[in-house]
Amino acid sequence: MELKDMHFMGYARKDGKKGIRNKVLIIYTVECASFVAKEIGRLSQNSAVDVVGFSGCTDNEYAVRLMISLIRHPNVGALLVVGLGCEYVQPEWLAEIAEEEGKQAAWMFIQNEGGTRKSVEKGIAIVNQFTEELKKVPRIDMGMKDLIIGAECGGSDYTSGLAGNVVTGRFFDKLVAEGGIAIFEEIVEAVGLLDFLEKRGIDEKARADIRYTYEKALEYCRSVRQYSISPGNFAGGLSTIEEKSMGAVIKSGTSPIEGVLKVAGSPPHPGLWLLDTTPDPHWMQFGITNPNDNEGLMALISCGSHITFLVTGRGNVVGSAVAPVIKITGNRETYRRMEEDMDFDAGRVLEGLCSLDELALELARLVAETASGEMTKSEALGHKEYFIPYKYQDKKDGNHV
Amino acid sequence: MKEKQRAFQIDDTDNVATALAHLAAGSLELLGDAKKRQLNAVEEIAAGHKIALRDIEAGEDIVKYGVSIGKATRRIGEGEWVHLHCMRSAYDERSIHLDVITGAPKDTKYE
Repeated sequence: MELKDMHFMGYARKDGKKGIRNKVLIIYTVECASFVAKEIGRLSQNSAVDVVGFSGCTDNEYAVRLMISLIRHPNVGALLVVGLGCEYVQPEWLAEIAEEEGKQAAWMFIQNEGGTRKSVEKGIAIVNQFTEELKKVPRIDMGMKDLIIGAECGGSDYTSGLAGNVVTGRFFDKLVAEGGIAIFEEIVEAVGLLDFLEKRGIDEKARADIRYTYEKALEYCRSVRQYSISPGNFAGGLSTIEEKSMGAVIKSGTSPIEGVLKVAGSPPHPGLWLLDTTPDPHWMQFGITNPNDNEGLMALISCGSHITFLVTGRGNVVGSAVAPVIKITGNRETYRRMEEDMDFDAGRVLEGLCSLDELALELARLVAETASGEMTKSEALGHKEYFIPYKYQDKKDGNHV
Repeated sequence: MKEKQRAFQIDDTDNVATALAHLAAGSLELLGDAKKRQLNAVEEIAAGHKIALRDIEAGEDIVKYGVSIGKATRRIGEGEWVHLHCMRSAYDERSIHLDVITGAPKDTKYE
């Protein structure tokens, strides 16, 4: 079966977007409210209830824009915001944004509700009511052309560049050909590859944005004296950031690059997009880039990814709030050792057991099954990680002019 | 069962290949985009690590995926293991301080 024949039933949102999950999102607006928010999520005993939040009392534009993008995400159908009562981030504003999208929303201050127990009880009642309402969301036919898929790697080893990312790249070529949207990130793992990436830019603006983003990331790495490569990568046989970079960039496939997105930006049209997660210059040097894999996944989801791929060599177990994560490994030993956590064994291609094209189609089928509601391994295990840091990024979409 | 001695060459301009399993010294089969199909490992090479496809001079580019992934810091003979002990990044100064086996940093002392 080719990609054009793969269909599934999604959720029709009032703003016209189509989601593949029908979630109630709980957001806390300061660390002081996180326990109550997480208790509401845990005690609701509903796998379609996710909790995310921002820990700072002082607000941060980047973090708030990221949370707003999650509210607008098509996998989210309803919103509950939990604040303490004295923080800068305003629960009421977030609830209003959800309502403008045609999504049910509620908010509360724990101080006003009278503490932990009362807030948790009220929150559970709200979440249960939203869950009932979400059953009425109309279903709608979706195809691969309706999907946004994001990809990043984590715990890379030599197989990532030989199999895991190579299969991802081949799938991305097919998705883009079908009219879908593919997003890849980790410009800090493109060190040494400026010419290679720049010439794939579809027009002068895309090329200029790629160059700007690359140079910003390289300057960042130079100034912190840290490149995106770790002891485990070296032990696994990768000798330099350039070697790891090429293995990482292969996941973008061969399509032209339409342009550069920033975190919480929406791709304006179909095709392949590069996501820039590096902080922009700021006097406080807000934020570090790629502090962990969930930060990258959250960034991909903030751009509307219905599903993300995490390509690993050495293994990883994480999932994510808001969008399912499909974990792919090119390392058969890792797959065997961590089969309960790994969704896709791409290492077969290295043993000559199947062709790259067959494997990319098999991955497409897994995407279609996941989009139709089947749980990924991390979803079934209850993983719902998230990471929303302080950072500074200006609002221009990867644009330097 | 002893695994087959195999390494994978990605691009035909590469001067290194990647070991697909732990390699003992001795002959091995080259897969992928390789012109020659046989190579002789002169030392043990761990899975995922690189083997030189030909003699590489000090200062020469190490080429994998058809692009430079760093420079040789000394002469490397055909069939030798290629890693942190004989090559370095053109960008990342920290990586030359890493332990060649574990990759752990040795440039910071904690007391």
